[in-house]
Amino acid sequence: MTEPNPPAATFTPHPDLPPPAATTGVIGWLRANLFSSPLNALMTLLVAAALLRWIPPILDWLIFSADWSGSSRQDCTGEGACWVFIKQRLGQFIYGFYPEDQRWRVNLVWVIAVVASWPLFLKRNRLQVPAGLFMLFVFPVIAYGLYTGPLFGLPHVETSQWGGLMLTLTIAVVGIAGSLPGGILLALGRRSKMPVIRTLCVTIIEFWRGVPLITVLFMSSVMLPLFLPEGMSFDKLLRALIGVVLFESAYIAEVVRGGLQAIPKGQYEAADALGLNYPKAMGLIILPQALKLVIPGIVNTMIALFKDTSLVIIIGLYDLLNSIQQAAVDPNWLGFATEGYVFAALLYWVFCFSMSRYSQHLERRLHTGHKR
Amino acid sequence: MRKSSHSAAVVTAALLAFAGTAHAGATLDAVKKKGFVQCGVSDGLPGFSYTDDKGNVSGLDADLCRAVAAAVFGDATKVKFTPLTAKERFTALQSGEIDILSRNTTWTSSRDTALGLNFTGVTYYDGQGFLVNKKLGVKSAKELDGASICIQAGTTTELNLADYFRANNMKFTPISYDKSDESAKAMEAGRCDGLTSDQSQLYAQRIKLAAPDDYIVLPEVISKEPLGPVVRHGDDEWFDIVKWTLYVQVAAEEYGLTSKNVAEAAKTSTNPDVKRLLGAEGEKGKDFGLANDWVVNVVRQVGNYGEMFNRNVGDGSPLKIKRGLNALWNQGGLQYAPPFR
Amino acid sequence: MTTPLAGAAPARPPFWNDPAVRALVFQALALIAVIALGWYLVHNTQQNLAQRGIASGFGFLNNAAGFGIVQHLIDYSPADSYGRVFWIGLLNTLLVSVLGIVFATVLGFVVGIARLSRNWLVAKIAMVYVEIFRNIPLLLQIFFWYFAVLRTVPNPRNSLAFGDAFFLNIRGLYVPRPVFGDDFVWVLGALALAVVLAVLLGRWARQRQATTGQPFPVFLVSLAILVVLPGVTYFAAGQPLTWDIPKLAGFNFRGGWVVIPELAALLVALTLYTATFIAETVRAGILSVSHGQTEAAGALGLPNGLTLRLIVIPQAMRVIIPPLTSQYLNLAKNSTLAAAIGYPDLVATFAGTVLNQTGQAIETIAITMSVYLALSLGISMLMNWYNKRKALVER
Repeated sequence: MTEPNPPAATFTPHPDLPPPAATTGVIGWLRANLFSSPLNALMTLLVAAALLRWIPPILDWLIFSADWSGSSRQDCTGEGACWVFIKQRLGQFIYGFYPEDQRWRVNLVWVIAVVASWPLFLKRNRLQVPAGLFMLFVFPVIAYGLYTGPLFGLPHVETSQWGGLMLTLTIAVVGIAGSLPGGILLALGRRSKMPVIRTLCVTIIEFWRGVPLITVLFMSSVMLPLFLPEGMSFDKLLRALIGVVLFESAYIAEVVRGGLQAIPKGQYEAADALGLNYPKAMGLIILPQALKLVIPGIVNTMIALFKDTSLVIIIGLYDLLNSIQQAAVDPNWLGFATEGYVFAALLYWVFCFSMSRYSQHLERRLHTGHKR
Repeated sequence: MRKSSHSAAVVTAALLAFAGTAHAGATLDAVKKKGFVQCGVSDGLPGFSYTDDKGNVSGLDADLCRAVAAAVFGDATKVKFTPLTAKERFTALQSGEIDILSRNTTWTSSRDTALGLNFTGVTYYDGQGFLVNKKLGVKSAKELDGASICIQAGTTTELNLADYFRANNMKFTPISYDKSDESAKAMEAGRCDGLTSDQSQLYAQRIKLAAPDDYIVLPEVISKEPLGPVVRHGDDEWFDIVKWTLYVQVAAEEYGLTSKNVAEAAKTSTNPDVKRLLGAEGEKGKDFGLANDWVVNVVRQVGNYGEMFNRNVGDGSPLKIKRGLNALWNQGGLQYAPPFR
Repeated sequence: MTTPLAGAAPARPPFWNDPAVRALVFQALALIAVIALGWYLVHNTQQNLAQRGIASGFGFLNNAAGFGIVQHLIDYSPADSYGRVFWIGLLNTLLVSVLGIVFATVLGFVVGIARLSRNWLVAKIAMVYVEIFRNIPLLLQIFFWYFAVLRTVPNPRNSLAFGDAFFLNIRGLYVPRPVFGDDFVWVLGALALAVVLAVLLGRWARQRQATTGQPFPVFLVSLAILVVLPGVTYFAAGQPLTWDIPKLAGFNFRGGWVVIPELAALLVALTLYTATFIAETVRAGILSVSHGQTEAAGALGLPNGLTLRLIVIPQAMRVIIPPLTSQYLNLAKNSTLAAAIGYPDLVATFAGTVLNQTGQAIETIAITMSVYLALSLGISMLMNWYNKRKALVER
C-alpha cells in the first residue's frame, strides 16, 4: 500500500496465497500425521526406530538369505529360511496322505467349488439362484463322491488318508454348512414361547458355549462308542465333524438371536396380521431381515471355526497344522519347524483375512439404509 | 396324556431295537461285518508303529495287528490304524473305538482289572531307562539328583520315575508331554537333562535326533515293562484270537516256519505238531471261529515272531536291538508259546 | 329380537388347530424325545461299563496319584491323591487365565486406542498387529512361541543374567522369591491402614469438590500415604524381608521363583491373540460414543486426556463390557490348549494323565466339563451384574 489510491479502479481481489508450506504436501502430511505434538513425535521416532531395527533382519531371513531351490536338507546352507523343506513336503501339506495319483480329484472338487460359487460373489445376476441351489444340494454329493471314490467308480480313499489343507477346508466347510441351520433352529427355539422348548435350547446353547472344544473333540473321538450300543460306530472324521457342528451351532445361535431381537415388534405383528403361520412368518418376514443384520457376526464365527479346525491335531487327524508338526520331526528335516509354522500361518491368514474382507464388503452391499 | 406315554413306550422300544444284545464273540462278529480290524497304535515310534510321509504304518505293534487281520480274514491288509497318544489309548479301547490296542503298552495289574482290559501276551519284554546327553558327564541314573526329566504323560514310566527318585531320596522335575516325539525334542533342545522311557523307545527316539551319537542310554533299568497287545474285558473269544495270534507266531519260529517256507510246510511237513499248527491235521481253526489254515496265513503274510522282530527293531532295522529277553525260551529268552493242541 | 350370531361364540377351531393344544403336544413330544434319548445313552453306557468291567464312581479321587507335576502352586508330591491333582490342575488353569486376562486387557486397550491415534504410524502399526494376530489360529501361535522362539533361549549354564538376580534360560525365567520374616505382619498391617486412609481421603475429596468445587490432588497424596506408611513400618520393624535368589546348583537353578517356558509361551500366545479381539472391541466402543460428546467436552475446555477419561471411556465401557466378557470366557477356554505344549493345566493333568491312569473317562471328563461350565457361567454372571450397574438408566 505504498502508492496512492488509483482513481476509479475496480476492486480486484489479491490472488489467494498458497497455504503455508508446512501444511501441504509431504511436509504437511508429516506434520499432521506424525509430528503433531511432542508426544506424537516421540512415539513416531520410537516406532520408526523399532521398525528399522527389526524389519530388515526378518525380511532377510524370509527372502534374501533364504534357500529356495534344491531337494534336500544339504541344500539349505544359507543363514535364512529353508523353503526347500516346504517345497519338498508341499504335497503332504496340501493333500495329507491322499494317494498322489488321485490328487486330481481333490483339485477338481476345488475347481468346481470356485467356478460354481463364483456368481454368488458377484452383483445380482441370473445365475445366482441355480448356482446357489447347485452348491447347496448337488455340490456336496459330487465332493463326497470324488473325495471317497466308489460313487463314481474311482478307487476308494479312506478318510484316514485325507489330510493337510484339504482336511482343514473340508472340516471348515462342513462345519459352516452344518452349524448355520443348526444355529438358526436353536436361536428360534430360544425365542420360542413354549417353556420346554426354550429351556431345552437355552441348556444346549449354554452347555456347548461353556465347554472347551478340546474336551468335545476328545469325547467325540474316543468316548462316543461308550454311549452307543456295542458294534455301532461311525467314521472318526464324521464324529469329529459332528462335534464341531454342535459346538459352532451354539455360537451361531447366539449371533442369530441378536438379529432376531433387533427386529421391531411391528414386523412380528404385521406377519401375524397377514395370517402367516409360524414357518412362513419366520421364513418370509423375520429371518431374511434378522440374518442380514448379523452377517458380520456369522462371518466372524466362521473365521473362528476355520481357525478352530487346527484343534483336530489333539485327536490325531492330520490337518494342515498337524502335517507340518509331523514333517518338522522328520529326522531328514530337523530344525525347520519355524519355516513350517510361517508357511501354515500364511495359509491360514490368507483364508481368514479374505473372509473378513468379504464380510465387510457384504455388509456394505446389503446395507439398505435402515441404519441411522 | 395317555397317548403321549404310549408313544414314549414306542419310541423307547424303537431305540432299544438299535441296541444289539452283547454276547461273547461280539467283537469277532463286528470285525467280520465291517471287514477290517481297527487297531490302535502309537503316534510315531520307529520300530513299533511309525507312519511315514506316505501314510504307511510300519513296526512291530502294527505287524501284530496285521497278523490278527491275517488270522481273521486271511488278508493282512484288512486293518485300519488309529494313531493314539498315551493318554487316549485306554479310553479308545474301553469305548470300542478300536478292537485291539497294540501300542507299546505295559502290562500292569490295575490296567488288567480296574480299567477293564485284558493283556493278551507280551510282544516285547522291556525295561525303563534314561537317555542323556554325553556332555552332562552323567554315568549312572543315581547321579540325576535335581535333574529335569522329560517324559510322556499317561505312561507307567511316569509313575516309575516318581517311585525311583523317591526310593533313592532324590529330587526331580518332571516335564511331561503328550507325545513321545515332543519329549525327545524337548530334551534335545535342553528343556530337560534326560529323557526317560522304555529302553526300546529310547533307542527308537535316539535315531530321530539330529546327533544321535551325542546321547547315551544309562545302564540302569529301573522297572519291568512287559509290552503287549490289549483287548477289552468280556469277550473271551476275541481275547483268545489275539492271544494265540502272537503265540502261533512264536511257535512258528520255534518250529523253523518262516513266511517263505510255511505254505510248503503245510503240505509236506510230517511233524504232527507242525501239521496241527498249520491246520493240515485236525480242525483247530474252528475252535477259534477262524479258517482252518489261519496260522498259515499269519505266518505267510506277516512272518514268525523272529522275522517280525528283526524286520522292525532287530538287525534288519535301523534300531539294531538285540533279542535279549525277547529270544525264544530255548535260546535264553522269555518268549514261550503254550502247546498248540 | 335377537340376531342369532351376535352373542354366539365363533365356531371353535378343531383342537388340532388350537395353538395352545399344539404347543402342549410339541413340548410333550420334545420332552419325551429328550428323556428317551437320555435314558438310551445312560442305559448303553451302564451296559458297556458293566460288560467290560470298567470301574466307575468317584472313589478314585482318594487314591495316590504317583506321578510328578512340574508346576504346582500348592504343595504336592507323587504320594498325594488324584483329588489333589485336580486342585493343582485347576489352580494352574486359573493362574494362566487370570494372568492372560490382565495382560490381554491392558494390551487390548492400548492397541485399541492406538488404532484411533492421530499418529499415522502408530495407528497403522496397531492395525497390522491386529490383522496379523487375529487371523492365525491360536494353537499355531502357541506352537510358534514354544517350539520356535523359546527353543532358541540358551541352556542353564549359559543363562542370560540380569543383575545376578534374574536368570533366563530354556528351563524358564528365574526370579528372586521374597522370604517374609515374622515381623512382616506389621508391614502388612500398615499397608492395610494406608489403603483404608486412601479410600477415606478419596471420599472426602469427592465430597469437598461436590460442595465447594475445589479439587484436591487425591492421587498424589494417596500414593504418598501408600508408600510412606508401610515403608516406615518396614524399617521400624527391622527390615523383615529377605530375598531367596536363584543359584545354579547341579543341573538346574535352585531357589527363587521360576516361570516355566510352557507357562510363558501359553501366556504370550493367549495375550497376543486375545488382545487383538479386545482391541477391536475397544475401538468399536470408542467409535460408538457420538462425536457431539467430544465436541461438547472440547467446548467446556476439557483437555484431551480428561475428555478421554471422563467423557469417552465411561460411555464406551457400556458398549465394550458385553463383548469383553465373551473374550474373557474364550481366553479361559482357550487355555486348555496348554495340553499341546505340556503346561500342566486342568485338561492336561486331570482330564489327561489322571484319566489315563484310572481309566475312568466318564467321571474325569464330566468333572472337567463342569468346572469349565461353572467358570463360564460364573464369569458371565459377574459381568451381567457389572453390566447392569453400568447400564444407562433411562427416564
